[in-house]
Amino acid sequence: MNKTVAPSRVTQSPKASSRFSKWLSNLPLTLLVLLIVFLALYPVFWIYMSSLKGNLEFTTYQMWALPQSLHWENYLRAWTEGHMSTYFVNSLLAVFPSLLIVILLGVSTAFGIEIMQWRYKDTTALLFLVGIMVPIQVVLLPLFTTFYKLHLLDTRLSLILVYVTFGLPLTVFFLTGYFKTFSREIIEAAIVDGASIYQVFFKVALPMVTNAVVTVAVVQFFFMWNDLLVSLTFINNPDLRTVQSGLLSFVGQYGQRDWGPTFASVALSVTPTLIVYLVLNQMVMKGMAAGAVKG
Amino acid sequence: MQGTLRDWRAVLVFVGPALLLYTLILLIPIIWSLGYTLFSGSVITGFKFVGLGNFVQLTQDQKFQSALWFGTKYALVVSSGQVVLGLLLALLYAFYLRKTSVLVRTIVFLPAVLPTVAVGQMFAKLFAIAPQYGLVNSLLHRVGLDSLVQAWLGQAGTAFWVIAAMDIWKAMGFYAVLLYAGLVEIPEEVLEAARLDGAKGWNLARFVVVPLIFPIMISSLIFSLNGTLKVFDSIMALTGGGPGTSTMPLTLYFQKVAFTYSDYGYGSTVALMLALQSLIVTLLIFRRARKDVT
Repeated sequence: MNKTVAPSRVTQSPKASSRFSKWLSNLPLTLLVLLIVFLALYPVFWIYMSSLKGNLEFTTYQMWALPQSLHWENYLRAWTEGHMSTYFVNSLLAVFPSLLIVILLGVSTAFGIEIMQWRYKDTTALLFLVGIMVPIQVVLLPLFTTFYKLHLLDTRLSLILVYVTFGLPLTVFFLTGYFKTFSREIIEAAIVDGASIYQVFFKVALPMVTNAVVTVAVVQFFFMWNDLLVSLTFINNPDLRTVQSGLLSFVGQYGQRDWGPTFASVALSVTPTLIVYLVLNQMVMKGMAAGAVKG
Repeated sequence: MQGTLRDWRAVLVFVGPALLLYTLILLIPIIWSLGYTLFSGSVITGFKFVGLGNFVQLTQDQKFQSALWFGTKYALVVSSGQVVLGLLLALLYAFYLRKTSVLVRTIVFLPAVLPTVAVGQMFAKLFAIAPQYGLVNSLLHRVGLDSLVQAWLGQAGTAFWVIAAMDIWKAMGFYAVLLYAGLVEIPEEVLEAARLDGAKGWNLARFVVVPLIFPIMISSLIFSLNGTLKVFDSIMALTGGGPGTSTMPLTLYFQKVAFTYSDYGYGSTVALMLALQSLIVTLLIFRRARKDVT
């Protein structure tokens, strides 16, 4: 985990005049910071702004102009004609079961590896590292063959199986790291008191890692919601496409002419991630950074 | 008590399901994929043993070689951009914005969580030329630089830079946070001592700060390369590998061989090369970095 302890820096209290000259000398940097913030935010703002424009406004007014009137029907068209409603349901039905399963399996595996005492625990931990390094392309063809034979192509189950499996390495690593810092005495005390190992898991360990579980779940949510490759590979039926693969095909069909609805569908795909980030940004940043350090 | 923690049935209950799934969906397919490299054909047409034929084919396959080269070039440019700009941002956070940097950090990080497909669509519109000018072309037109108005995504050279700019824009805030975490761990006494010796500004950053966080920079670079060498979504959303095959990295070439030409054997061989490419680049950086430190 990253400690975000800011070092204490000495702040002098300069006289007013020198304070002004300091402000002046910092001005270029302040402008730079404003520019950076602008560059980070403006494209996102541009999506929402353009999503409310009528098709004619794109040609008759400047690209950076605010919408003349609010064309909410762009969203309606993206939602119905553009099938975004179907894609949303499909994404939700693939992402949430996957999240639930990957967390359940990940926590119990991390507990089993870090807390339980057995011979091959280190080898098993190492085995889960393989998944972080191997590109997903390596397994796509064997999986495609298997799913074809088992009639799992064009099913949500195929997505869930792959999302869960590829979510496991990071989840297991993140949570074993958490269990490492865990006071073993509490677990030992519970066992001495007669608790079974399952009671220890559900009543002692699980409540203590809730924070870590939420963090890793949020990070996995972004990976799964934003996935294109897996969905593109195993889903061919337009009715089962997820938001990202659906968006790609929507743009292929309407993207050239209908800019308003296209921006609306882009906005629809971005919004869930934006909401999660607005609420949980510090947790997301910490979680994603920790994932990188471990990987 | 040790008995409870050593209960193998409990271990099986805790670790078994995940390990089983992981073995079936990931470990076995890896071995299986290695086996495929010796065959040609697909699940529908049937397989034919070709020995090392697929590997021979690699050496004669122009498209493969250009994809390998494009992917490597792209990854080196984008990863350097992500880490260098990330470092500059981190320095700005740590030494200029200091404790108030949390808001800026959070805002600049934001693009990292957005879906790449959606961001790609947005960039496609930013750089559009038809049926109407996108934001960039209309700005150029407005300020009288009409000679620069062009089909940014329709030419191999400019398309490369648009994709690169997008992936750098998307991830630099993330690397800034990673590197910032390293910067704030530098003890204040070290910086104070360097300042007393007369180091400030650029020199302080170059000769004191950067060497201290060099290990984090290297791991960031390796992490970044592992992502950029496997780039897929950004290019699918922006150019689909075009114009022609000029922006096609190995991941898109794999998709083409595997699912358009339905050649599982050769597809698996390309996938194996992708894995080796990541491994080799990572090892090279790692060795280079160790030499630099000692």
